[in-house]
Amino acid sequence: MAARPDRLDGIQDLISQLRRMDFQTSVILLGFFAIFLFFAATLHDVGFLSTRNLTNIVLQTAPATVMAIGLVFALSAGEIDLSFGSVVAVSALASAVAMQNGPLVFGVLAGVGAGVMIGAFNGVLVAYLKLPSFLVTLATMGLFAGIARSMTDLRSIPVINERFTGFFGSGHLFGVPSLVIWTLATVAIGHVVYRHTRFGAHVLAVGDNPRAAQASGIKVQHVRLAVLTLCGTTAGIAGLLYAGRLQAARYTLGESDLMTVIAAVIVGGTALYGGKGSIIGALFGSLLMGMLNNGLILMGLQVSDQMIVRGLIILIAVAISLREVRR
Amino acid sequence: MTPVLSLKNIRKAFGGVVAIQNFSLDLFPGEILALVGDNGAGKSTLVKIVSGVHRPSGGNIALDGATVSFSDASEARSHGIEVVYQDLALADAQPVYMNMFLGRELTRKPFGLLDKVRMRAETQKLVEQLDVRIPSARSQVRDLSGGQRQGIAIARATHWARKLILLDEPTAALGVAETAKVEALIGSLKDRNLAILIVSHSLDQVFHLSDRICVLRRGEQVGVRHTAETDKNQIIAMITGVYS
Repeated sequence: MAARPDRLDGIQDLISQLRRMDFQTSVILLGFFAIFLFFAATLHDVGFLSTRNLTNIVLQTAPATVMAIGLVFALSAGEIDLSFGSVVAVSALASAVAMQNGPLVFGVLAGVGAGVMIGAFNGVLVAYLKLPSFLVTLATMGLFAGIARSMTDLRSIPVINERFTGFFGSGHLFGVPSLVIWTLATVAIGHVVYRHTRFGAHVLAVGDNPRAAQASGIKVQHVRLAVLTLCGTTAGIAGLLYAGRLQAARYTLGESDLMTVIAAVIVGGTALYGGKGSIIGALFGSLLMGMLNNGLILMGLQVSDQMIVRGLIILIAVAISLREVRR
Repeated sequence: MTPVLSLKNIRKAFGGVVAIQNFSLDLFPGEILALVGDNGAGKSTLVKIVSGVHRPSGGNIALDGATVSFSDASEARSHGIEVVYQDLALADAQPVYMNMFLGRELTRKPFGLLDKVRMRAETQKLVEQLDVRIPSARSQVRDLSGGQRQGIAIARATHWARKLILLDEPTAALGVAETAKVEALIGSLKDRNLAILIVSHSLDQVFHLSDRICVLRRGEQVGVRHTAETDKNQIIAMITGVYS
């Protein structure tokens, strides 16, 4: 039998992928555009469609999108991380403190290092002490929220290093805001690693059927350690993005991101119980959440009403996006 | 002829409980040997010893005449031993081709990214050779029937095994027609000059497929018979220990 030329196979692959843009992918895209059109129609007189507002949405969601990448890996491997919000605060504070008396490099290393170490701490407890990640990260969420509070006695720390705030916040590269670059870069790297590397394949296999993965020689515990470390790392980077954009670090950073990021990832087509997920979907899920926040504020809703509406919309979105998976 | 697999005086105890003792067996290329015995006779333990999951407490395992010792399942695999489990060690939400290469994914230079095109092509070739009818190498495993899934598990073992395939109750979860299909597939593996050890509860299947039958009772080998020279009554008597 003659092998088909690679090119033809590539095109076939694309077609079949388009065809498999199944229910779920279409739901997230449809929902995204439906909500976008709704806000565009109802809020055009208060500037929802202005370039500035749309850019703002993207800039504000950057930290959540970066965290979502890590969470896609964790959920796909059948684990969960609830502690990433606290990691954001610790990482932002660590980096701000380090830069009070040191150069930018110290700040970056302290911030990312804190994320990596907390993630690895979670990972070791899950992978080698065999504790469930839900409980481990529920505990470390509280633990590191407390540590964030005690680090600076509840004080916020200003970040005045302009190269840092440019790089992680308000700067531009070739006219593109640095937060957009961070978003696109992490999504691109995340997608390639998730879909096109052995590590990505092993993550999916472990989440899908850990016994099959083990029997196939995949180091299941290493994968678990890796995904939780990755979650900590992306939360650490998110902490830097917050500190850069707000030019200050405070223990409240990341506090309200837990629900947003989990919702973004689930709405984006990642299965809560592992084995299936999408990085691109998580990006759209995250943008959807940001758009929702933004639109509800522009609508003039009270904070309490915003929370209620947001909760309801997330509920509906999650219910719809899980319909196909549960069968 | 050198046996592919040679077990000598294998013994396995879990704490004080002896699961296998004094078990010896030679397995030759192109041969299907059936391992039969009542529940708890030690069949699965034996499969786990050969596949590297358990280490024997005593005795000697040799592959092609050379003594080996496996510290885990992947070491046994690297020696060319593949196992097909009764509960289908497949990842359901992944496509067929990723299952075929699970843990041994093909990559492409220079970045070491997955070579999905080649994995799909090789999967397609293999399922065609073995006549496992699936819609496509891209199909998700969970969309397939039990027979198709077991077909894929066997195809995977065939692809990677260089010496020996262990089949642990390969048709226990299947219907009649699917069982027949999987049995035909197992029969066709003999032509590949692999040694095949099959654990089965179905004597019909054992008599239909195997060249020799080894009977285990309470962790001890009761005897080995050529399938052509024995009958069900004799085998049943050996399994139960009740001779009429």
